Amino acid sequence: MVETKKHKIVSYKTYGIILIALIILTFISVFVTRIDLSNLSIVVALSIAGIKSLLVFSFFMHLLYDKKMYSLMVAGVLLVMTLVLIVTFLDYSYL
Amino acid sequence: MSNSNLPNYLEYKGKYKGLLGWIFSTDHKRIGLLYLYSVMTFFIVGALLGLLMKFELIAPGKTIMEAKSYNAIFTLHGITMIFLIVIPGIPAILGNFFLPIMIGAKDVFYPKLNLISWWLYILGAVVALSSQFMHGASPDTGWTFYAPYSFRTQSNVLPALIGAFILGFSSILTGINFIVTMHRLRAPGMKWLKMPLFPWSLYGTAWIQVLATPIIGITLLMVVAERVLNIGFFDPALGGDPVLYQHLFWIYSHPAVYIMILPSMGVISEVIPTFARKEIFGYNAVVISTLLIAFVGYFVWGHHMFTAGMSETSLFAFSFLTFLVAIPSAIKTFNWLATLYKGSIILKTPMYWAVSFLFIFMIGGLSGMVLGSLAANVHLHDTAFVVAHFHFIVFGGVGFGFFAGIHYWFPKIFGRMYDASWADTGWLIFFIGFLTLYAPMFYLGITGMPRRYYDYVPEFHPANIISSFGAFIMIAGLAIIIINLIRSAKKGPKAEESPWGGKTLEWTVSSPPIVENFEEIPEIK
Repeated sequence: MVETKKHKIVSYKTYGIILIALIILTFISVFVTRIDLSNLSIVVALSIAGIKSLLVFSFFMHLLYDKKMYSLMVAGVLLVMTLVLIVTFLDYSYL
Repeated sequence: MSNSNLPNYLEYKGKYKGLLGWIFSTDHKRIGLLYLYSVMTFFIVGALLGLLMKFELIAPGKTIMEAKSYNAIFTLHGITMIFLIVIPGIPAILGNFFLPIMIGAKDVFYPKLNLISWWLYILGAVVALSSQFMHGASPDTGWTFYAPYSFRTQSNVLPALIGAFILGFSSILTGINFIVTMHRLRAPGMKWLKMPLFPWSLYGTAWIQVLATPIIGITLLMVVAERVLNIGFFDPALGGDPVLYQHLFWIYSHPAVYIMILPSMGVISEVIPTFARKEIFGYNAVVISTLLIAFVGYFVWGHHMFTAGMSETSLFAFSFLTFLVAIPSAIKTFNWLATLYKGSIILKTPMYWAVSFLFIFMIGGLSGMVLGSLAANVHLHDTAFVVAHFHFIVFGGVGFGFFAGIHYWFPKIFGRMYDASWADTGWLIFFIGFLTLYAPMFYLGITGMPRRYYDYVPEFHPANIISSFGAFIMIAGLAIIIINLIRSAKKGPKAEESPWGGKTLEWTVSSPPIVENFEEIPEIK
């Protein structure tokens, strides 16, 4: 059942923009540590990291251009990991 | 579709000859056998370590070893049996050998990665076991490496931790390989719901291997960092949390039980229909239950920690989910029984193993329900009851499934039949020994005997004597089984293509199969 399909060639320009976006987000995640967000600081840090992961998955790992099946598989994995994190930290109060 | 005029994988002469032709082979069948030989070697070592423990426990007080030696031996027994045998076990041996053939493929999707997995397995085993031969004491933490003891003990925990970390990579690579193989290499016409149940069980297992194993990897590295760099992940004195270690450890190690048991269930789902001369009852339900076990199994890890100090909400949630995960297991069991119903049952060696699997697995599963209920767990936690339950599931479930599988597929693997009367005798002795060894431990646990102690009060003596004798019987049965199989692989009468009348693709190729399994990729109608 091996299928041959042409891979989409992503332009250097797109990769460059994503790289810049990732660097900016990294600076933002460092910058927000200077702001006292109290208990929300972990939520903000994880949200920025989540956006960065999404960019990497979508562009560098080509999920955006590949079959939706692979996006579904990655989403399933993220769902499991999120649930595991939530269940683990049921007993830890951060908010 | 016989291919007997082409060289089979055992006789094939490739780039390298002799031993090199095996250890550098990327043929999935040869890699399966490499795993078989390595896992069985470690299994014999692990079983003998278990036997030493039963010698020690045959009488109260010191019998053959000191308390510290006992601690080291149960740790080594646990690490060997869990990380080197039951986790890789069925997927790496039978999965590697039969997955591609059963889905109509020439090999796994990444043959070289497959070979790397075996090499990593050997490297991990050597590093883990080197802890026994280094200067200083052998690890004494148990296979769970619980914090804070694992970073305070002076024993050689580091190599054991690093070895387990490396073994994790072997497991992940096998998992990735199997997932991609099933997505990309199924024969034309083999839709998902036409795939045999053994590959389905490997699919569920592979996802657990890929998703859960990294967690134990990073957790073990955190313990290494704690020991070497004094970082306070788990040490309360440094602001860490030992309960967090237990969470992280069991987030992997409970799904790992399903890495062990799901492939075994897959084997049983192949053996029972063949020897009942019927199609499996409720194919779709068995497939769905496999995926449900793999998914729900992620969220029950807290039942290992009921006495560790969790909130009532967590206790309730984990207990509830534990009962929930029993449902898909029960679905499978009922489907196997329904397959037997009105079947034309033929009792041959693989079927003896499969039927005794059902018996053992039900005892193991139901005793798990006892442990999953909160009130009973407080009484039974860390007693011999847990050891009995665990061995009924992990040794009974995986061991009986593995032996069912190896006796079922032996003619295909080696192209020779084994001596059925010796095989049946071995099974009977093993089965009696198994029950005599582990059933008394339920009683011992209920009456309060703690696990992991080399000594006990005289009240526990009679049941311990029975249990120890059970170990001797079981080892005798095991010796018969292994000797019979080794002898038959060399000298057994030649096997035909399909000695049991199996209906899946592996029974359409020659015994043993040719190098790339099929002359032409079969088309499934």
